[in-house]
Amino acid sequence: MKRLASLLLCLCVAPVWAGDSAGTPKLDIGRGGQCVEDTQWMRKNHMHMLKHQRDEALRKGIRDEKISLKNCIECHASTKDDSVIAREDSFCVGCHKYEAVKLDCFECHSGKRKSAWLQQRNAK
Amino acid sequence: MSDIDTQRRNFLKTSVGAAAVLIAPGFMLFDIAHGKPQGANNKVRWGMLIDTAKCKPGCNDCVTACNKENGLSGGTAATDSQWIRKIELKDISSGREVSLPMMCQHCENPPCVDVCPTNASFKRADGIVLVDKHRCIGCRYCMMACPYKARSFVHEPLHDQNPDVPRGRGTVESCTLCVHRIDQGGKPACAEACPNNVILFGDLNDADSEIAKKLRSLSSVQIRADLHLNPGVRYQGI
Amino acid sequence: MSYTSPNQLRSPLYNLLLATGLLIVAGSLLAVHEMESQGHIITGMNNQIVWGLPHVFAIFLIVAASGVLNVSSIGSVFNKPAYKARGPLAGLLSIAMLGGGLMVLMLDLGRPDRVIVAATNYNPTSVFAWNVLLYSGMFAAVVLYLWTMMEKRMYPWSKPAGLLVFVWRFVLTTGTGLIFAFLGARQAYGSAILPPMFIILSFAWGLAVFHIVQSSIFAWNGIRPDEYVQKRMRNLMGVFVVSGLYFVVTYHLTNFYFSRQSAFEYFILRDGGIYPQLFWWGYIVIGNLLPLLLIFHPALGKSKSVIGASLAIILGGFAFLYVFIIGGQAFPLDIFHGYAVSSTFGDGEIAPYRPSVYEALLGFGGLGVAFMITAIGIHVLNFVPREIPTKVGHH
Repeated sequence: MKRLASLLLCLCVAPVWAGDSAGTPKLDIGRGGQCVEDTQWMRKNHMHMLKHQRDEALRKGIRDEKISLKNCIECHASTKDDSVIAREDSFCVGCHKYEAVKLDCFECHSGKRKSAWLQQRNAK
Repeated sequence: MSDIDTQRRNFLKTSVGAAAVLIAPGFMLFDIAHGKPQGANNKVRWGMLIDTAKCKPGCNDCVTACNKENGLSGGTAATDSQWIRKIELKDISSGREVSLPMMCQHCENPPCVDVCPTNASFKRADGIVLVDKHRCIGCRYCMMACPYKARSFVHEPLHDQNPDVPRGRGTVESCTLCVHRIDQGGKPACAEACPNNVILFGDLNDADSEIAKKLRSLSSVQIRADLHLNPGVRYQGI
Repeated sequence: MSYTSPNQLRSPLYNLLLATGLLIVAGSLLAVHEMESQGHIITGMNNQIVWGLPHVFAIFLIVAASGVLNVSSIGSVFNKPAYKARGPLAGLLSIAMLGGGLMVLMLDLGRPDRVIVAATNYNPTSVFAWNVLLYSGMFAAVVLYLWTMMEKRMYPWSKPAGLLVFVWRFVLTTGTGLIFAFLGARQAYGSAILPPMFIILSFAWGLAVFHIVQSSIFAWNGIRPDEYVQKRMRNLMGVFVVSGLYFVVTYHLTNFYFSRQSAFEYFILRDGGIYPQLFWWGYIVIGNLLPLLLIFHPALGKSKSVIGASLAIILGGFAFLYVFIIGGQAFPLDIFHGYAVSSTFGDGEIAPYRPSVYEALLGFGGLGVAFMITAIGIHVLNFVPREIPTKVGHH
């Protein structure tokens, strides 16, 4: 019984080590710099913030540019390809793939920096 | 006496400082997503007046402008989205021909809003009828309910959307009255692009607006007025 | 009167049935995967025909699921003993068909991954939102009802449970009719006769499905059905068919009378190509005249005729729904009355529709799921009707 218990305990501990060795994902944070909130707060709350903001903006017309998705993309889109979703280490894709949380936003939303998109359209 | 003075001074300093910190962010990052802190309200009702007498058959400028503004493909296959279309009419008895643009009529009593199971189809306070793509499950009931066939369903995955106009596979969409432009004080792309001044955009509730004055003085109709939907888009000359 | 026979299907047959069902369901899931990744563009549906073949299958299944419970209701609410024995099987069929139909509806959505949004955001004016509650409640009510019918100590509760289910399914099928009745802008729909029409059609379609399933079970288990009960149920099915026909005829006749609706009626009944053909040959002849002949002709009316009549009714039901749902959308919406119209968006034109293999697979998948639930249910639980022995000559 004791042996079984200690075996189970070892099995529980092992994944913690695995997590450490796999490491956190490499992220291309784009322009980076001072974010709207601090990093740890953002990691925990960006989804709630975006969800609240989207209803305010769309349903009530209250557009808070600071916490809008477009604004996130403006800073965090890669400086190489102007996108938050184009590559494995793009800003949104990197963590979401690591955490295995499906990204639904970009079915509809453009992942491209708006200034880059405007340039591209005017060039056409 | 000096104690009270110091306290008052400190209080003023802190509160002014706090106010400055609160206001400052509003001045930064202004160019990216234009802010509108107070939101839509029901004192305003956006609408359009379409003068069909000036509308030329064969002219498609409003459609082209809408497609460009909103990132539509411009295709006219049965599965392509069309937010605005030109309709050519011919009176069966008299033979008189009329040309006009048709888009979401932004009804006051929208049937699409009534039937939507998730409240994805909704009417904003200022009268614009929109689809909340976050909630749309793609059941297409609103498309069945719309008397004007204003809505389109997105049949394939989309890429490279306009950052101001999110649209995606599996959801229903229609004319937004260019809400992203209106919220910045602009007007819909079709109204701006029409070379013949067919489309007049404005606030129906503002008695001094050009559209309200025209509606008061000239005859206009609502399409399918028999359904009592009170659309925000009115037509002259039919 | 027949007594108990082993009510487990013979093993090889059961395995074959299950394998067939699984194959069909697997095919449908493959089709759904393609529809989800490539979008609805691979189907025949478009911006004019927004509801296609999957909806025909789904609505048939859902309407029949409601109607099949008539058998149980006649047993529990109206106290006929022969029907009491058949009650549990009817309940199982109801759950099976409801499950199959709802599966097709949910997988045909543009965003089936958002079903949870539908379950948590309700628009009180939307029939679809009511249906989310009505259908899930229906499942619960039928499960409860089955429990009262199949467990001895719960039997005294079967009458109130039966009453609950009876009322619930009337509300549910009315809701199905209201989906269309509320579309006031469309010439094909927007009529108050549609809810009662769907209710009566549900009676006929449900009983037809029940007949087929019951006959198959009896045949595969070597049970001889009671002649008198069969005759009663068969005649009842005939009555339902006539009543359904009455509603459909009344609907078209009234529609035809309004001059603004007559162009649509000419389209459905005469000029619309496939739609009049399906309506007259599929629904009227195969779906009504043939079964009535098979049921009521004195020389016929044996068990093979019952299966034939039931199959014909079901085929007629599908034909009816195809004309109703798709024909109703194919006819151009009448926006500018008195004008001939044309545009790039199909105004003034009959909308073409050709169902794709994906839609057919999805629809059949719904049938497959219903089939499998029934087969497995019969295999593991006591659903096969055993005639309740009564005195000779007294039914």
